[in-house]
Amino acid sequence: MPDSPPTLLYCRCAYAQVVPSGVKNEVLQRLCDAGVNFETVSDLCEMAAHRDPRLAALSQCSSLRIAACYPRAVKGLFHQAGSPLSADAAILNMRNQSAEEIVGQMLGTVPVSSMEESQS
Amino acid sequence: MITHIHRPLRVVLYEGQGAIPLNAEARAKVMAALLDKGYAVTRAATGAPAMPHDDRNLLLLGSFPEQKAPEIEDAQGQIKIDTRDITGLAAEDIVSLVEKTRGDKPMNEPGKWKPWFPVIDYSRCTNCMQCLSFCLFDVYGVSEDNKIQVQNNDNCKTNCPACSRVCPEVAIMFPKYQAGPINGDEINEAEAGREKIKVDISSLLGGDIYSALKDRSAAAKSRFGKERSPDKALDERKKCLTKLVSDGFIPADVLASLPSPDEILRKAEVAKARAATALANIASQG
Repeated sequence: MPDSPPTLLYCRCAYAQVVPSGVKNEVLQRLCDAGVNFETVSDLCEMAAHRDPRLAALSQCSSLRIAACYPRAVKGLFHQAGSPLSADAAILNMRNQSAEEIVGQMLGTVPVSSMEESQS
Repeated sequence: MITHIHRPLRVVLYEGQGAIPLNAEARAKVMAALLDKGYAVTRAATGAPAMPHDDRNLLLLGSFPEQKAPEIEDAQGQIKIDTRDITGLAAEDIVSLVEKTRGDKPMNEPGKWKPWFPVIDYSRCTNCMQCLSFCLFDVYGVSEDNKIQVQNNDNCKTNCPACSRVCPEVAIMFPKYQAGPINGDEINEAEAGREKIKVDISSLLGGDIYSALKDRSAAAKSRFGKERSPDKALDERKKCLTKLVSDGFIPADVLASLPSPDEILRKAEVAKARAATALANIASQG
């Protein structure tokens, strides 16, 4: 288990409607219900397209847990923007996981696999 | 076309000490409304630290006692911090408040542009350079260490995932695409096989649009001599590509915006030379 609390990041995917709105709304609502601190961005793809420096700041956060889309794509977006994610980052997929499962993994009530663990 | 890189504000929904927390429903509504307008929002109370700050100005939103937002300034004097009380405001009113604070500073907004560009999965990419040869719009390039990379993503044609379909390793993703594995979904062997069949279909063109065009152009030239004209070449090119369009490989509007035949042939030579040089450099280093 990491020593420092995880940084939670929620991507709204606002620039294209490819993430089911029901899932992304429910994930946001559940994070709000939990009363935790978290970061949100309008769209990680939009940020990567512009090599947004905020991606570098996010990639350096400890134990980053990201609610976005396919892990392969999210990892590639950060890499392509020059800010590769650290191995302890975990990516939750709002395109094919339930909101309950995602938020459980973000909040640590459900076990989550980091990229490092996923690849091992 | 990417024309805007402005990020004028970092919005913080502050619910920590000295502020009155919103109820969860109101919190979600205001965050969703701001995100859908293109703002990034930090929800800050007590607990885990927020993302480190950068050089953008800060807009602190909160429900404060007596509906009076405190005046705050950056201890290091580097950024401007605005504060606004949002007590009793509906989500749309809070968005209006943020927009008013932003003023006329431009920013990126959803709905005006779709972030459409290839993302390379380097865990699968073998650096074969097929994408470099295939793309007609100079999206791809070669890095200083001779690796394929996306260099001009604003040249990419929205909704065209053709390069992904011809990638033999299924290493090119378009995250905004609907279906897998192009959207980044995990790849199983059956899917990879289907993608490779698609590549085989495109080999009807000789496996490479440029080669096919060149071969057909040469054949036409030998048959028709001086009769060969740009219009005929254009017609041939469209016939070649119509197959890809009818298969759903290339959107029709992309076909309509293709460069001229001569330009395609010139680009083909340039791309092939760049790919050959990069691969030769890697071979000589190995």
